[in-house]
Amino acid sequence: MKRRWRELPIAVGMLAPSAVILGIFVVYPLVRAVQLGHLRCDATGKRCREGGWGQYIDVFRSNEFQHALANTARLALMTVPVGLALGIGLAVLADKQIRGIGFFRTVFSSTVATSVAVASLVWFVLLQPEVGVLPDLLHGIIPSLKQPGLLRDPGTALPAVALSSIWASLGFTFIVMTAALQGIPRELYESAFVDGAGGWMRFSNVTLPMLGPTILFTSVVLTTRAFQAYAEIALLTGGGPDPQRPTQSVAYLIYGQNSLVKNDIGLKSASAVLLFVVLLVLALVQFRGLDKRVHYGS
Amino acid sequence: MTYGWAVAEVRLEHITKRFGEGVDAVTAVDDVTIDIEDHDFMILLGPSGCGKSTLLRMVAGLENPTSGEIFIGTQKVNDVAPKLRDVAMVFQSYALYPHKTVRANIEFPLKVRGESKPDRGAKAKTAADALGLGEYLDRKPGQLSGGQRQRVALARAIVRQPAVFCMDEPLSNLDAKLRGETRAELVDLHRRLDATILYVTHDQVEAMTMGTHVAVMNRGQLQQIGTPQQVYAKPETVFVARFIGTPPMNVMPVGLFERSEVLVGVRPEHLELSANGGLPVTVRMVEQLGHETLLIGDAQGTRVILRQDAEAAVPSIGAEITVDASEAHRHRFDPATERRIDR
Repeated sequence: MKRRWRELPIAVGMLAPSAVILGIFVVYPLVRAVQLGHLRCDATGKRCREGGWGQYIDVFRSNEFQHALANTARLALMTVPVGLALGIGLAVLADKQIRGIGFFRTVFSSTVATSVAVASLVWFVLLQPEVGVLPDLLHGIIPSLKQPGLLRDPGTALPAVALSSIWASLGFTFIVMTAALQGIPRELYESAFVDGAGGWMRFSNVTLPMLGPTILFTSVVLTTRAFQAYAEIALLTGGGPDPQRPTQSVAYLIYGQNSLVKNDIGLKSASAVLLFVVLLVLALVQFRGLDKRVHYGS
Repeated sequence: MTYGWAVAEVRLEHITKRFGEGVDAVTAVDDVTIDIEDHDFMILLGPSGCGKSTLLRMVAGLENPTSGEIFIGTQKVNDVAPKLRDVAMVFQSYALYPHKTVRANIEFPLKVRGESKPDRGAKAKTAADALGLGEYLDRKPGQLSGGQRQRVALARAIVRQPAVFCMDEPLSNLDAKLRGETRAELVDLHRRLDATILYVTHDQVEAMTMGTHVAVMNRGQLQQIGTPQQVYAKPETVFVARFIGTPPMNVMPVGLFERSEVLVGVRPEHLELSANGGLPVTVRMVEQLGHETLLIGDAQGTRVILRQDAEAAVPSIGAEITVDASEAHRHRFDPATERRIDR
């Protein structure tokens, strides 16, 4: 006991750097946001008064927040399953010992080195009706690419943002899935092969279950990313097109230049805290729900 | 358990397997011809890297031979997919699906074949019972001991009723006691199933105790094939002479043991202390193992091992002894080819 107390100063000293960083960049902003969430400000944002805890309920019930939350959920429902499926598919394709596979692995994982901002700009240009390549090539199949443009059509703006978002996350998913694939013992495939299992049987009975923990992890990460989606929305649509604003996500509601509440620090903070709670609940639900079906090695 | 086995002799004719190309090419299996009779328990024995596992994998269809022909029954199977070869494989790592229950693991080969669920269940139960796994059917492999996992792997192999079993060092992940027990069970299983088994091991004890025939390999080449007794009693090459038997046969250089132009090999148990002439040996070490005593000595720079009964008098270290062997126990090998010279 005595010895443990003697070691206290050393322990504190060792923990201090992490504690300071955590405190400044995580704990303090969180506490501050919860405080600010109580404030209700006037249209200029200059004068604010205490609104109490009830403000959180007001914000959560508001049409704007519900609308943004629904948009965010839609974005997640588009990006997470498609992103996972593409990531797994590409990783399985590239998991072969053939000549030149390194080139494809580099290409498939390249978007991990691309920031969301750069990816969004690339897609912004690609999808521009006036100058983009895609509208010129494909407007015969999808007329809205040209008129009014995928990002300006309220029906297609969110899927277009999702497209860019999926592309930007694909490198990450691919790398994580490739690493997981390489951890699957070869004998499992060989055993299934000798037993007569074809490609699909091997995929569904060996690959997919063995990837379970990685799929759970990646789906939580991708969902969190989708719920925090801001940069692609700010750069591609600005939350628009008006007046439906189908791409206004919760994160855009909080930070966006064209956000309805952009001057109200209280409402923005309350929205941020609510987003935090929603994400926490979602992650818990994902772990609880999927964990039972996932097998973690023996 | 009675199975209607197909006639399952396996013939390997002039099998060669090379990996890589050009200067980096490695010949893993070099012109090997083996006839494995129906119902045989054939052991492929050799040190690691001798090509025995590659040979087994070619029979199972996991590798294709570079040249040569593989027959199972009367059918040439070089270009036949593994699932049509009627071969089951047991891996050293067991290769059980960790996310499936024991039942689902055993049923898997039947599921692949599209058998109905009740059929699968009944057959899996029979196979599991045959290996004493009845009460573990609903567990996952991670909840089983090494020996139990090994049985699950065996059950998964027998449930298919294959013509040929390929087993790749299935006992080497078990501890010594369990390995001994499982050896006996495998022999019993072979007798009950009356199946053709190809069994790869580097362990000569497994080879001697389990096999009806042993094929000894070294550096990709077949050294000798025969019953365990034949291989022990009449080794065809110096390699086989030294590889089989513990401690290994004393193979002495030309002119040391007798006046001749050949290498002479004598097993440690066949060397005897002699009062009238023989090879002078200086005792360097004495190993008393309880049931026997090993004398390890030096004869003009050649290490010589002598096995004696535990009751025999033990010479002191540094003592000079003289050893000899009867004519019947001398194995002679050509010093150039290292092959046996028969009298």
